[in-house]
Amino acid sequence: MSDQSNDTPPTRRRWRGASLVGILALVGAFGYLLYGGIGDNLVYYLTPSELAERGDAAYETSVRLGGVVVPESVQWDADALDLRFTVGDGDTELEVHSRGAPPQMFRDGIEVLVEGRLAASGIFESTSLMVKHSNEYRAPEEGMRPQDLYQDLLAPEDG
Amino acid sequence: MRSVLGTSLSVAALVIAVVGMVIAVLAARRDNDRLWASAKWGAYANLWIMLIANLLMVQALLVRDFSLSYVAQVGSWDTPTFFTIISLWAALEGSLLFWGLITAALTAAVVWVHRNSEGPLFRYALATLFGVGVFFYLLLVIPANPFSPVFPVPTDGPGPNPLLQNHPLMAIHPPILYVGYVGMMVPFAFAIGALLSGKLDNTWITLTRRWTVFAWIFLSLGVVAGMWWSYEVLGWGGYWAWDPVENASFLPWLTATALIHSAMVQERRGMLGVWNLTLAISTFLLTILGTFMTRTGILSSVHAFAEGTVGSYFLVFMAITLVFSVVLLLGRSEELKTPGSLDSVASRETVFLFNNLVLIAFTFTVLLGTLFPLLAESFRGVTVSVGAPFFNQMTLPFIVALLFLMGVGPALPWGKAMKDGLEKNFIWAAGAMVAAAILSILLGVRNVYAILAFAFAAFALVTNVREYITPVRARMKARGESVGTSFVRVVFSNPQRYGGYFSHLGVVVMAVGIAASSAMQTTYEQTLRPGESMQAEDFTLRFDGMWAQDQPQRFSVGATLAVTKNGRDIGTMEPRLNYYPTQEDPVPTPAVRSRMTDLYIVLMAFQPDGSTATIQAIVEPLVIWIWIGGVMIALGATFGLVFGIRKTRGDRRRKRERTPELTTTGERS
Repeated sequence: MSDQSNDTPPTRRRWRGASLVGILALVGAFGYLLYGGIGDNLVYYLTPSELAERGDAAYETSVRLGGVVVPESVQWDADALDLRFTVGDGDTELEVHSRGAPPQMFRDGIEVLVEGRLAASGIFESTSLMVKHSNEYRAPEEGMRPQDLYQDLLAPEDG
Repeated sequence: MRSVLGTSLSVAALVIAVVGMVIAVLAARRDNDRLWASAKWGAYANLWIMLIANLLMVQALLVRDFSLSYVAQVGSWDTPTFFTIISLWAALEGSLLFWGLITAALTAAVVWVHRNSEGPLFRYALATLFGVGVFFYLLLVIPANPFSPVFPVPTDGPGPNPLLQNHPLMAIHPPILYVGYVGMMVPFAFAIGALLSGKLDNTWITLTRRWTVFAWIFLSLGVVAGMWWSYEVLGWGGYWAWDPVENASFLPWLTATALIHSAMVQERRGMLGVWNLTLAISTFLLTILGTFMTRTGILSSVHAFAEGTVGSYFLVFMAITLVFSVVLLLGRSEELKTPGSLDSVASRETVFLFNNLVLIAFTFTVLLGTLFPLLAESFRGVTVSVGAPFFNQMTLPFIVALLFLMGVGPALPWGKAMKDGLEKNFIWAAGAMVAAAILSILLGVRNVYAILAFAFAAFALVTNVREYITPVRARMKARGESVGTSFVRVVFSNPQRYGGYFSHLGVVVMAVGIAASSAMQTTYEQTLRPGESMQAEDFTLRFDGMWAQDQPQRFSVGATLAVTKNGRDIGTMEPRLNYYPTQEDPVPTPAVRSRMTDLYIVLMAFQPDGSTATIQAIVEPLVIWIWIGGVMIALGATFGLVFGIRKTRGDRRRKRERTPELTTTGERS
């Protein structure tokens, strides 16, 4: 059920050529946009050492920084919601600044993944902070179970 | 005992699927009806076998038979019964077993519905369905046997992943999604059946259109239920993060949506034959890719994938399917040249063509963004992630374009006949578009994306609503019926069309919900001492103290907040953190109050003695319309499906009564 027989061959051919060019142009433009879009939005996972190796290129690009919270480096101002700590990988250490409450798990020596960018000041400005947890099951040590840690909160002080 | 029985059931299903596949092919090639009858029995037998295997596993989970590897992996004495039952799909092996049941059930359903169909196309289609079954049963027998025995038998297990036992939505989200995923094998099987049998006309599209819609309804609901789950459980106030797991469910949805629309073009105008075959095959491949990505751990890292063997089975299966399909398509390329052509630029099929192009570009974009980290790690050895801004920037034009096309399409006629008064259709819609844009700016919306989304949503809303109003009015005038009668008669006269428009309205509602909640969301965070309050837009949250609760399977810590809105008391809200023994970091349970504007409260941190709590409050307008829109999408399609089938049956019965000799052919399907 088509009316194509009315079409004269030359017009059809011209149409086809034009639409082919049109489609190629569209696909090209789309590919270019896609390529540019993905390039601008890639976030690399790096350790502090890898970030340091990048030299000047390290500044002001989005990075996910993985490392361990250096013991006794955490300064948390609960009222101002201001958090400063140092992330290290054994070789290099990097100062991190973050706003907002850290995850409840956050503490010295824990592995973290910090997303953000290295500011010109040399401090890593974090936009999101995640605690890396291993999937392997480990029984908590005695006294470290939530039942022990937070027993004050159990009833009868129920609020 | 259970181990031997369960494994035997999987082996039996595998053997039946292999034999059934061979027999169905032979029945098709030799036109042998006796072979065909036994192939059909194989499909029914596998349904019972898989049903028993699944019940056996649920029973093993309930009695905590830790001698089975799967129970040892996800079971625990402390897990409540409800979550014990649904832990059937809490990990790889169990979900594959459940998957096997759905595969067997759908195969049997297809055989039952089409039991009176004749011809090799359907026989090859059943062979293909058996082939898909072979793959999943093979997984159950070799690399992912949930019934494999464990020595020594543990006395207790870790229980399911805490994220999966934290919300009842986990009971419905995976099964719904699986039915949607597995359902996409039906159009694929009929496409392969068409290619193998050489019956390349509209038969396969007509036979599978309803199956595709059926699977699509479940896929849509599954995606929306997943969004809702992540909103209620993950505690960041969002519902879509372009996470690979989410993308995995969205990709086949996009191509299936394209297929549903372009199938109409083929039925109406005989065009797009190759295109539809390609879409059916791609949708199926994307469901397998999705299962592969979510179930093999490749997402976290390429290296995690190397550890498991299941992944390589998936890769081989995808490669075989891809090569087989491409070879078949190429082999039939001469016969597939379709005679149809576009008559007019301003026709409905042109709009469908654009809708397909946009959906496919959308699919490619999401696919690239999802797979790019894997490609980068494989080829360049760097670990990267593609940020959400990429997806948001790249997909917004597609969403706006789809809303626009959804508004234009229904108003345009098929073919080239230029309908009079077409301009009038669009004047109203264009007016609504401008009005929506101006109104949203006046209401203080400054986000360009949101304004665009509102404007185009208004456009699509008006044209789709007009599609109801115009025929209802005409009918009222012609027959003198009331609005209600006229509406019901019109809607039931063509359930598929009017159900489809209702799904469109659902998309519009959802788009508005997404645009509003993401563009106009505000976040507040504060550390409070008991008695202190914080303000979040119109809401005031007073912190009344911390509490804890020791449950068998977990330990919960919560904060009690008395909430008022503009001074009016609206009750207490209690965001919690749940500690599961198997996981160090707690799983949050945000407190959510859903009205026109959602208040979403997360307990971020607290002092062990309860002296302070850090509270995050997110105020998000119109979130609830995302869920309502999702339900509307499914309802519209379901209405079209159910009443469309009834209407076809009624029409056929009436036809048969008029011409009695036709009844002898027994063609019912």
